[in-house]
Amino acid sequence: MSPHNKIDLEPPVLTHLLGLDGVPEPVITEILDTAENFLAVLERPIPKVPSLRGVTVANLFFENSTRTRISFELAEKRLSADTINFSTSGSSVAKGETLLDTVKNIEAMKVDVVVMRHWAAGSSKFLADRIDAKVVNAGDGTHEHPTQGLLDMLTIRRKLGALKGLKVLILGDIAHSRVARSNIFGLLNCGAEVKVCGPATLIPREAESLGVEVIPDLDEGLKWCNVVNVLRLQLERMSQGLIPSLRDYQRRYGLTRLRLEKAAKDIVVMHPGPMNRGVEIDSNVADGPWSVILSQVKHGVAVRMAALFLISGREKDEG
Amino acid sequence: MTTERTKACIIDRVGMERTLARLAAEIVERNRGAGNIALIGIRTRGAPLAHRLAKLISSLEGGKNIPVGILDITLYRDDYLISRKTPKVRATEIPFDIQDRAVVLVDDVLYTGRTVRAAIDAVLDYGRPDRIQLAVLVDRGGREMPVAGDFVGKKLVTSPGEEVRVHLEEVDGRDEVIIVELSSESA
Repeated sequence: MSPHNKIDLEPPVLTHLLGLDGVPEPVITEILDTAENFLAVLERPIPKVPSLRGVTVANLFFENSTRTRISFELAEKRLSADTINFSTSGSSVAKGETLLDTVKNIEAMKVDVVVMRHWAAGSSKFLADRIDAKVVNAGDGTHEHPTQGLLDMLTIRRKLGALKGLKVLILGDIAHSRVARSNIFGLLNCGAEVKVCGPATLIPREAESLGVEVIPDLDEGLKWCNVVNVLRLQLERMSQGLIPSLRDYQRRYGLTRLRLEKAAKDIVVMHPGPMNRGVEIDSNVADGPWSVILSQVKHGVAVRMAALFLISGREKDEG
Repeated sequence: MTTERTKACIIDRVGMERTLARLAAEIVERNRGAGNIALIGIRTRGAPLAHRLAKLISSLEGGKNIPVGILDITLYRDDYLISRKTPKVRATEIPFDIQDRAVVLVDDVLYTGRTVRAAIDAVLDYGRPDRIQLAVLVDRGGREMPVAGDFVGKKLVTSPGEEVRVHLEEVDGRDEVIIVELSSESA
């Protein structure tokens, strides 16, 4: 192949993936387009490509997560990267110390990419500023969970064709949700409309400044939206006094078949998992014709492959 | 500054028609008919060439349908981690089972052989073909891998300071192959 015939060379788009805040639409689109091609790879007889042969990825999970870790690990293996796993739910060490210790260990092991889940908001940025490896945020406190946001966006795009102009309702505990924040940033950057719905105690004060309107009534919200993304209700919100009871929450904000039928239109239902069936979502909704929840899981592997692939191909020092 | 000068037109529109007709005939002859053949074009310009060859083979073989696939080799490149820029990943479309087929890879220019190496690896991840052959419009020499074309339109000897440019109706609006001389001049 002569140089002139090489496929178009694109400028660098990603050095780290720390969040979707401030990531412009063309970059998100490139990640999603690349993920589409990885979905095709995952359907092949041999669902693996050699692209990241020789690349070492460390999965650092300072907070429990089974499915996100498995999804990342599978994505890494499908790209032929070498992986090491480090999990701890440790809380005895002060957070600054823990992260700096981690940084030193990472540098000693000479890994190329760090995938990190941590309970402290901003921790992945903290790490990215201090190590040579590239960093993918797998969820940092209540800040962001960009790959979840991207896989939700890929799921919506594949189901409804485009993101621009779509109406997405995010339902539940917005205040504590990094999933909500990454979805809000990503969707707004791609021209979708986003509104949030949930108890006033679980709506962040900065909701309006994020560019999303609050709809207090779920039925109103369903009337408005094309997509509803149902968030998991952490059961400790009850002991914190933020909701009166699970039953009350279910009655006002639980997504039921009845409510969807009352809305009388096509609504795509998503949930990042794990679900509290019978609380924020009913079983006949989760398993019903509205649901794309299992597609989300499948798309998660492809989106993570795309993110890992795109950050690996570029020099850290560039752009 | 790099300047370039067209040195020669080595295949024109009519020449391209004749060359492709000959390649199609050779493919049929070598495989004793078109019974088991599938063509896979390597993106970008191998794809339209594969479609043209399939049409030509089909007319030689009484209208038999020849399956055509398109291959993107980006995920199999050997320079992905070292090049400073990253090519866009595009779709690979192989809408048929390659198991036990005679797969003919189609590309416009055969040069270092690295693209073909990547393409062979990619094809093998779709199954086990009976054999893989290579058809190229131009072989310009300069190999860096032990790769040879089975069906070659035109063989050239070129220097690294030259580029072989294939233009195709479907992509570029005209059919021709030209040699361009590149020279660096300090401004």
